[in-house]
Amino acid sequence: METRNPDIKDVVTGNDHHDGQHAPGEHDGQGHVAHVHGAIAPRRPTREQLQHIQGWGADLDRKNRPGVPMERTPPRFINAPDGDPSPQPQSTEVLVSTERPGRTPLFGSAQPPSGLSGMIRRSAFKRSENDVRHWLLLLLADRVNVVEGIGEDLARGHIPNVLGEMGIKAELKHNPAGLAKKALIAGAVIGAAVYLMKRRGHDDDDHYHHLRQRHERYR
Amino acid sequence: MLAMNYRGPYRVRAEHKPDPVIEHPGDAIVRVTRACICGSDLHLYHGLVPDTRVGHTFGHEFIGVVEEVGSGVQKLKVGDKVLVPFNVFCGSCFYCQHELFGNCHNTNAQATAVGGIYGYSHTAGGYDGGQAEYVRVPMADVGPMVIPEDIHDDDALMMTDCLPTGYQAAEMGDIKEGDTVVVFGAGPVGIFAAKSAWLMGAGRVIVVDHVEYRLEFVQRYAQCEVVNFKEVGDMALHIKKMTDWMGADVCIDAVGCEAAGNTMQTITGVYTMMQAGAATVLHWCINSVRKGGNVSIVGVYGPTFNAVPIGNALNKGLTLRMNQASVRRHLPRLIEHIRAGRIDPKAIITHRVPLEEVADAYHIFSSKLDNCIKTVLIPPRANEVRAVKASVNGSNGAGAH
Repeated sequence: METRNPDIKDVVTGNDHHDGQHAPGEHDGQGHVAHVHGAIAPRRPTREQLQHIQGWGADLDRKNRPGVPMERTPPRFINAPDGDPSPQPQSTEVLVSTERPGRTPLFGSAQPPSGLSGMIRRSAFKRSENDVRHWLLLLLADRVNVVEGIGEDLARGHIPNVLGEMGIKAELKHNPAGLAKKALIAGAVIGAAVYLMKRRGHDDDDHYHHLRQRHERYR
Repeated sequence: MLAMNYRGPYRVRAEHKPDPVIEHPGDAIVRVTRACICGSDLHLYHGLVPDTRVGHTFGHEFIGVVEEVGSGVQKLKVGDKVLVPFNVFCGSCFYCQHELFGNCHNTNAQATAVGGIYGYSHTAGGYDGGQAEYVRVPMADVGPMVIPEDIHDDDALMMTDCLPTGYQAAEMGDIKEGDTVVVFGAGPVGIFAAKSAWLMGAGRVIVVDHVEYRLEFVQRYAQCEVVNFKEVGDMALHIKKMTDWMGADVCIDAVGCEAAGNTMQTITGVYTMMQAGAATVLHWCINSVRKGGNVSIVGVYGPTFNAVPIGNALNKGLTLRMNQASVRRHLPRLIEHIRAGRIDPKAIITHRVPLEEVADAYHIFSSKLDNCIKTVLIPPRANEVRAVKASVNGSNGAGAH
């Protein structure tokens, strides 16, 4: 087996399976299996065997685990306010899940829906979260939004440095071989596409020439 | 202000945008001094989370200094150095009243399936996040915690998400003395889940991943066994062999929707999005755990659906537990662990990157370059001592820091 850290492994299993013999119950790859001696049960190391583990058992007692039980009321650790927060004034369009009675008292106001992607998002929010089309429409809107983002960049005279945004500087520094490989693959794909397009144009010319010859022959 | 700006799948940049403002009397504006890139940010970065809008600022792991407070804020003061849990929560709804702060019902208008989360798409409430110079923090008296003086800023930063999430993962596994715990994923959350499993008395902790440097790190850091799933055949079978054919007592999914390890899952879950991410680790958990065992899920999945072997879970009598971490309730105990030297959260930080280079930081983390485990972004004004802005009501703006 490819497990590492033999100290702990020896403590728990008592064997390392590297001796070329099949362990009890282990298959030999031909459908045969060695006999299992005794009942199968989990083996547990003793506390002494785990003494070297930093902090071992500090939270063994469940009283020390803050999430046990999972639900606890009234809540500890926070300055719990009296009642729900007052409603946040709305200054931008906020889409609301149909699975809610209305807008939540608090909400994020970043990037309100806009453009074609915004229309798609509004359409998505006419469907419940239970309806998978809600999520698929939002994913579609995200892709449309990417194109809108490039358009917005160009509209304000900014040509996006797409390679820079994808971290090409880091790739060049830490993975130049990988970058060269990707460049070669991209070059090969583009080269093949150009070749095929040219070839098709050439074939079209040949075809046209052939038709013309045939036409003149029968005229 | 300068902020991370999402432009589309695999494309982000640092760009100036308007400063956030107080929008509710309970709000605060926090000047961010450190922010992390979380593994779950990568699901946004890869375009897998619905309603991730262009222009959104990610970042749900951050600490900072309070710059401004709303008229309703009584406890938090301008100049306080705070860690902000990733949950945006009200403290008063039914769920908050039961300490389920990650399931708050008052902070996300756009979905009932998830509570409010900073910088985690409009599906999680549409709040801009903390990978920026400033961030709006709602319910400032409820969510943020003033960082104790003896707690290092980097430790506080780890307590905003990845440490409590890892701890809660182990806690939801209901670990008993001597249990064998398998943690799938050697990212920050998996590392802390492994560490926490020992705290809860596990007898054996096994971490599974395929990234060698991460396995080497967690083996050293969490004193655990490690398995590279690329070096074994069938993962569930391998765990059975390792556990005398019983299966593990507890399996933890600390990976989520972008798991490697099963081509069909990757094609259907990641490339074609026919399901809400690759359910590879869910399969491994359910099939590797023993009958009557516990599966704890903290890996993030999308909101649509996943094909999982639920029949096996039924027939094996498994307990499946999962949730977003309720960060705030774990903080006091985690601080005790840090003070006692049982856990050193900041040790997992491998990279510190200026916010201006956020595109490279995301790429390094996403592609697991340069032995990256945890990346901290430093905004340009992180260390600036500034004149304090006037507060909305004028009563809390006195002490400049």
